[in-house]
Amino acid sequence: MALLEVKDLHTSFFTDAGEVRAVNGVSFTLDRGKVLGIVGESGSGKSVTAYSIMQILASTGRIVSGSIRYDGQELVGADEKVMKNIRGNKISIIFQDPMTSLNPTYTIGKQLMEAILLHTDRNKQQAWDRAVEMLRLVNVNSPEKRMKQYPFEFSGGMRQRVMIAMALACEPDILIADEPTTALDVTIQAGILELMKDIQKELGMAIIMITHDLGVVAQLCDEVVVMYAGSICEQGTADEIFYHPCHEYTKGLLRSIPTVGNEGQKLQPITGTPIDLLNMPKGCAFAPRCEEAMKICIREACERFQINENHAAACWMNVKKAREGVEQ
Amino acid sequence: MSNSGQNAEPLIRVSHLKQYFPINVGFFQTKPLKAVDDISFDIMEGETLGLVGESGCGKTTAGRSILHLYKPTGGEVIYRGKAVKTKKDIEEFRKKATMVFQDPYSSLDPRMTVADIVGEPLDVQNMYKTKEERRERILQLMEYVGLNSEHAARYAHEFSGGQRQRVGIARSLAVRPDFIVCDEPVSALDVSIQAQVINMFDELQEKLNLTYLFIAHDLLVVRHISDRIAVMYLGHLVELADAKEIYDRPLHPYTRALISAVPVPDPVVARANRRIEMTGEIPSPLNAPSGCPFHTRCPYAADSCKESMPDLREIEKGRFVACHRIEEIV
Repeated sequence: MALLEVKDLHTSFFTDAGEVRAVNGVSFTLDRGKVLGIVGESGSGKSVTAYSIMQILASTGRIVSGSIRYDGQELVGADEKVMKNIRGNKISIIFQDPMTSLNPTYTIGKQLMEAILLHTDRNKQQAWDRAVEMLRLVNVNSPEKRMKQYPFEFSGGMRQRVMIAMALACEPDILIADEPTTALDVTIQAGILELMKDIQKELGMAIIMITHDLGVVAQLCDEVVVMYAGSICEQGTADEIFYHPCHEYTKGLLRSIPTVGNEGQKLQPITGTPIDLLNMPKGCAFAPRCEEAMKICIREACERFQINENHAAACWMNVKKAREGVEQ
Repeated sequence: MSNSGQNAEPLIRVSHLKQYFPINVGFFQTKPLKAVDDISFDIMEGETLGLVGESGCGKTTAGRSILHLYKPTGGEVIYRGKAVKTKKDIEEFRKKATMVFQDPYSSLDPRMTVADIVGEPLDVQNMYKTKEERRERILQLMEYVGLNSEHAARYAHEFSGGQRQRVGIARSLAVRPDFIVCDEPVSALDVSIQAQVINMFDELQEKLNLTYLFIAHDLLVVRHISDRIAVMYLGHLVELADAKEIYDRPLHPYTRALISAVPVPDPVVARANRRIEMTGEIPSPLNAPSGCPFHTRCPYAADSCKESMPDLREIEKGRFVACHRIEEIV
């Protein structure tokens, strides 16, 4: 059984302007010890998917339908008591901005211990020891001294390390990282990614890595989910997605980033503007920007289509290719 | 000092530019924060020079002091052979050198229509005789960046990030500049939109014969758009070379570490990459180390590195490195 199973998840925000369908039928599974990357642009629903799993949506947001099973246990519609036990204990999350996620008026030690005292039966002394141990694990120098310092005395990279330490203090099975390195410099980012990878191997937990940076995905992830306008357009192993992309959006994304191979050439951008979630097209959400769009794409959205056991995409092109293959 | 690797006269020559900011450290006591400390480089006409470095290295400050948005503490900027010094020089220079800002959300006035945003530099510099002329120029500028006349009467909030950045670029082109400082112009944009804007920079450069100083932290983007790249660390220039060269064969220990940290969007390459680790963190520019600024984190540091700041030397043709021990390392 998969550790986490998300099935046909629909999450909407009910705003004055109407219902915004931020997540539109997302399904994926996550096995123990795996790293899953969720890639997409702003507004693609990648963060909302994560917040739905944790049930920390803003007050206007609600899971409309679908199921989220953690270790067999249904979380959609679960009691707040149950969720309190899940959050932090079983599934932890770290946020993008390490500058604003820590409370500036408490010491680092107090904030780390708070999480430990809340979720475990340790007493104060044990919690202190555990916090020091966690800081050591995330490579913060002289942790005893650092425990007594305030967030402003930490650099951005160090604060993100503290956030990771906090998230891991109760040994969760799943760590959700929502753009954990976007606000950091590349050299600091590389350090944090390596740290996450090392800890993941050491503790054997699973990671959901939410990012817009395909470089980060290539470095860290076993499996990748590509999202566009609240739906999954393609999912598979990292190698499949990078080397055999089967959805026009993924192909476009890969063509539009500068890499080592395409210097001197013009980048091939995806034309058009990002989607307006309040005015979703009827068919495939990507069709208005897709150069290969066919009549059926505008009429009807494509269902998920299994290309091989490690790879699925929701694009009519694959269906067409498969049919042509049969006819020949 | 000339470091263009060419003999022609550069469009912009930055010579020993210094930008210090006084920081209060006690009652009536200040200490200089050396944001940019003695940098020199040339930019040739029609060239794109990339300027990279981590946050706090002084790259944005460098761009702003070149345009005299700050009054430089020392050194000078020479435009077409003439130093920009007096108030009048600066006024003239600003008609030829403009800037595109990083954040397309906060750099456009929400109460002005797009036509007025684009036209404001024309008003300031008195660049039209009739209203009709102004209007035509604005529409031409908007056409350059792929916007049409329908957009002219709208406000900035009606546009997406990519379109706003287009408005910012149109505004920077209004005075017919030949030099533009682009300060992280694509980092706030989504990947698919980024490519559109990068291509537009390329096309405009060809069409209008522009010269760019392209400041960014995304090394793959900078490498794509630049002819040459300059690397900054703690206010100093540590390496300057051809864009492809610097990426394929970085020489300065800092550049090596920086390049090796770039996440490559290719799983096989990413798995094979070995990162060169730097020890410690970037020192505060208020307490910059003596001698070479990088010696506290450099794996090759020797005693001589702590004593004196290495000069930016040409060690191969067109290749400049500021390192005492570069010959031994290479």
